[in-house]
Amino acid sequence: MSDLRELYQEVILDHNRSPRNFGPLEGADLRADGHNPLCGDRLSVALKVEDGLVTDVRFEGSGCAISKASASLMTERIKGQTIDETRVLFDRFHRLVTDQAAPTDDAALGKLAVFAGVRAYPARVKCAVLAWHTLRAAVDDNHKLVSTE
Amino acid sequence: MTSVAHTDSVHSAHVLDEARIRDLFPILAATVGGKPLVYLDNAATTQKPQPVLDALSLYYAAQNANIHRGVYQLSQDATQAYEDARAKVATFLHAADPAEIIFTRNATEGINLVAQTFGRSTVGEGDEVVISTMEHHSNIVPWQLLCKEKGARLRVVPITDAGELMLDEYESLLGPRTKLVSIVHMSNSLGTVNPVQRVVELAHGHNIPVLIDGSQAAYHMAVDVQAIGCDFYVVTGHKLYGPTGIGALYGRRHLLDAMPPYQGGGDMISSVTFERTTYNVVPHKFEAGTPHIAGAIGLGAAVDFISGVGFGAIAAHERRLLDHATAALSAVPGLRLIGTARQKASILSFVLDGVHAHDIGTIVDTEGVAIRTGHHCTQPVMERFGVPATARASLAMYNTTEEIDHLVAALTKVREIFG
Repeated sequence: MSDLRELYQEVILDHNRSPRNFGPLEGADLRADGHNPLCGDRLSVALKVEDGLVTDVRFEGSGCAISKASASLMTERIKGQTIDETRVLFDRFHRLVTDQAAPTDDAALGKLAVFAGVRAYPARVKCAVLAWHTLRAAVDDNHKLVSTE
Repeated sequence: MTSVAHTDSVHSAHVLDEARIRDLFPILAATVGGKPLVYLDNAATTQKPQPVLDALSLYYAAQNANIHRGVYQLSQDATQAYEDARAKVATFLHAADPAEIIFTRNATEGINLVAQTFGRSTVGEGDEVVISTMEHHSNIVPWQLLCKEKGARLRVVPITDAGELMLDEYESLLGPRTKLVSIVHMSNSLGTVNPVQRVVELAHGHNIPVLIDGSQAAYHMAVDVQAIGCDFYVVTGHKLYGPTGIGALYGRRHLLDAMPPYQGGGDMISSVTFERTTYNVVPHKFEAGTPHIAGAIGLGAAVDFISGVGFGAIAAHERRLLDHATAALSAVPGLRLIGTARQKASILSFVLDGVHAHDIGTIVDTEGVAIRTGHHCTQPVMERFGVPATARASLAMYNTTEEIDHLVAALTKVREIFG
């Protein structure tokens, strides 16, 4: 049970139950759809950007607790960041969930550090990174459908 | 060989001897994270009994040679073992003639073979191919590719809320444009067992040939292709307690004779010049290149093993498990079974309120329970039931009621975490 609690931390369960920044975003500047064909997770990320700064971001879709909470916490974290800063966060988050040697308390990630537990569950990495890949597709290549397969 | 003694003793029991059967599957003694493995993902692949492992090992250790080529003894023995395996599969499926059995890589290849040979020579512009909502992607995509190439149309038989084929709708889809019907015998995501005899009867009333996908059915119930009356039937070895990479296509002899070859190469020819090639007779016409000889021999051992246990005993045991599991899962608060057909077998697909299937899969895995989560390669079924994914427990002859209770106990852990 202790291992599972490492994965399903209270913050993750909370964001799964009540996802933040969830729903359509009117007048979005950037948007992308993400798909994890393995488990059928689908989500879209939409952003408003002014002078290279993310002024608003919302997500929609359905997925498991890990993918939903990851998307929810991601939107909280990147609001107010520059597009370049979101790219740096993408890399740090990716390292957090995949690299066994990465620090589990990366201050730059803030609350996102709760996803460190995912690295012990390789089958669930795709769930954790779906929102982030979708974000990256939105900022790099607007209107793209990405897949984590 | 010890394997023969094993199957004989199991056979003489008439009722399935759970402990004896389990002893024949070495992997069932495995532990996962310190907990005994509870393997409930049999619809994805079944575990392999000792007689199958022995047959594979014996072939490579003592019989290995290429087939249909050598004049030397070893090659003739290997050829004999390979063709014996074909005869065993023919008997297992109750085909009239071993030449009606073509070895393939799996059921998917069997369907693709029919689509690419029979389909391409029969289906034209404006024609129709009929499938159903509950097909596995392997019985959708090959027909989509064919229809796209030919300008033909794919028609889909709808299913009820219980997951049953709507036969009236099916009947109304059949007409002069219909060139083929391809329907699953037993659904891999719902457990529904379709009335395939009736499906064939209705199609044959319009002279339409029928392919039945037996991937799931063939390890749960006796299959008699002649009684079903179908024109093609596909199975895959790894779900029949046999090796991966081997499957079989049954086809009526006169259809196979008339069909163009599938792949070109060695073994499928009678003679080759640069001007002209004469094709070999069936089934060799459809088996280009060196086949999976060991796999075919392993599949032969697998169907021998299944017959030794007997479908009477297997079906009775699995029925008891299914009834137990249906009752136990239905009692779990917030659990909804997807697929409640009157005729169903050995598959329990379910969703749990407020918890995604993938989270269920991870949590029960920590208790050693292996179930499948996701869309099970049947996305149209998920769409039909309005769910993104389901958790699926699927049973085989070696499962026990205790294992089902273990799954149910693991599900309470899901509730502890998700509330």
